[in-house]
Amino acid sequence: MAEALLTLEGVHTYIGQYHILQGVDFTVPRGTMTVLLGRNGAGKTTTLRTIMGLWKPSRGKVIFDGAEIGGRATPDIALAGIAYVPESMGVFADLTVRENMVLAAQKGAPDAARLEWIFGFFPALKRFWTHPAGVLSGGQKQMLSIARAVVEPRRLILIDEPTKGIAPAIIENMIRAFTELKRDETTILLVEQNFRFAQALGDWAVVMDDGRIVHRETMAELSADTATQTRLLGLSLETHG
Amino acid sequence: MVRSDYLPLLLVPALAFLALPLIGNPTTWVTLTIAALAMGMMIFVISSGLTLVFGLMDVLNFGHGAFIAIGAYLAMTTLLPMAGWMQADSLTLNLAALGLAMLVAMAGTGLLGWAFERVIIMPVYGQHLKQILITTGGLIVAEQLIHVFWGGDQKPMALPTALRGAITIGDVAIEKFRLLAVAIGLVVFFAMSLILNRTKLGLLIRAGVENGEMVEALGYRIRRLFVAVFVAGSALAGLGGTMWALYRETLTAGIGSEVIVLVFIVIIIGGLGSVGGCFLGAILVAQMANYTGYLAPKVALASNILLMVIILMWRPQGLYPVAKR
Repeated sequence: MAEALLTLEGVHTYIGQYHILQGVDFTVPRGTMTVLLGRNGAGKTTTLRTIMGLWKPSRGKVIFDGAEIGGRATPDIALAGIAYVPESMGVFADLTVRENMVLAAQKGAPDAARLEWIFGFFPALKRFWTHPAGVLSGGQKQMLSIARAVVEPRRLILIDEPTKGIAPAIIENMIRAFTELKRDETTILLVEQNFRFAQALGDWAVVMDDGRIVHRETMAELSADTATQTRLLGLSLETHG
Repeated sequence: MVRSDYLPLLLVPALAFLALPLIGNPTTWVTLTIAALAMGMMIFVISSGLTLVFGLMDVLNFGHGAFIAIGAYLAMTTLLPMAGWMQADSLTLNLAALGLAMLVAMAGTGLLGWAFERVIIMPVYGQHLKQILITTGGLIVAEQLIHVFWGGDQKPMALPTALRGAITIGDVAIEKFRLLAVAIGLVVFFAMSLILNRTKLGLLIRAGVENGEMVEALGYRIRRLFVAVFVAGSALAGLGGTMWALYRETLTAGIGSEVIVLVFIVIIIGGLGSVGGCFLGAILVAQMANYTGYLAPKVALASNILLMVIILMWRPQGLYPVAKR
């Protein structure tokens, strides 16, 4: 296994009185895509938000590239090179597509060549460049949310359910984009319920249940192991279609 | 603001033309309309910071009235030793004195806003009930401190020589100070529009009003932005307070509390967090106040509440709602 870029050690997170993460341990190897799977309410989104500093862990360590980042302020974590695509997409609806991208670029104006590369996957963003992001469809907003995360090279990208409610054609473009990112050795931690999407891209599969990691193996191994899929993820043969 | 949504802009001429047959006399109508524009600009200057504070920081600052009052008192105190400039028969000297007083008012209330945010607001972020209680308490303490430092009696706030009286165009008399108020209001509006739409700081403020958490996730420290916006909003309240006191030509410690109801109506009508909506809301509220003040003075405030109800029935989030996550 490649060297770990991100390591969670015994991470506990409370939201109000609710004990959501109950000792989460896993690693994300450098240059790979790790897919965090699990049923609704397993704690996947809370795990991403804890890594991003949006929820503070009460115990445990979040180690990014050798440095402890657990409990650090969210902007510091972002500036350390971690990008976040939330489930809600987090698009600024009153800002134009261009303005959304300008804000995402930490090193000044977005690089023109990089933008063309992004438009190759998500051409709608070029078409709506000067339009308020609020007028985009759900799928286009998801494109923008992902485009913001990759507007500059990042060391780690956290993505929360990018395919939720998205048309199949856009999902295909996302697969192309993520495949390109993987080729660039960008490390990605993806939360996903769409197992086919996860299968197509993932190198490692980590399964959560009740706020803990309950299983970890390569995606190839999990793809071949339908019994484990059914037991841990509630997947049936029909969903594999 | 949703671009190309011009429908709310039509409310201003619609209200004006609706009032014309009721008022009857066109000269009076023009005078009242210009008075409304001037009053609207002053209310806009006072409200513009508060709407951003609410939109960006989700803070219900009932203490905003304190900055209005303290700004007016600081300006009055600054003008005292400049009585010679104020009474000189020179527009330049008059404006220099007023400009200096406004700058002192803005600097003083900006500094006070910084302290208010650090000491009073910071411990209650995200707790609306506590915000209402503590900022109302802050307003009461500020008014009492004004009594201690400046006394409890009503103070005169005379206009400078060149700005007294009116310019007459045909049968219409336009008070000179109102023209200055319109000019200052427009400068503030265009400056804010420029900053919000053409600078990265403005982009951050607009993005922060929508989704502060995402702004932080992009690597920006929104707390610093909070403080900067709060200070700017407080300074604008100080400027607005100075203009309001000059408009009334008197001031008391309660000057902020008196106008704060109108200010809240304006920011609710405009859409919380929307500067464009605040500008439009301020003009509409001032139109309503002036027209009904002439036609039926006893229902002037009630008419603005009615205006708010009608607008919220049409657009429940205000004229230009800000998208929220």
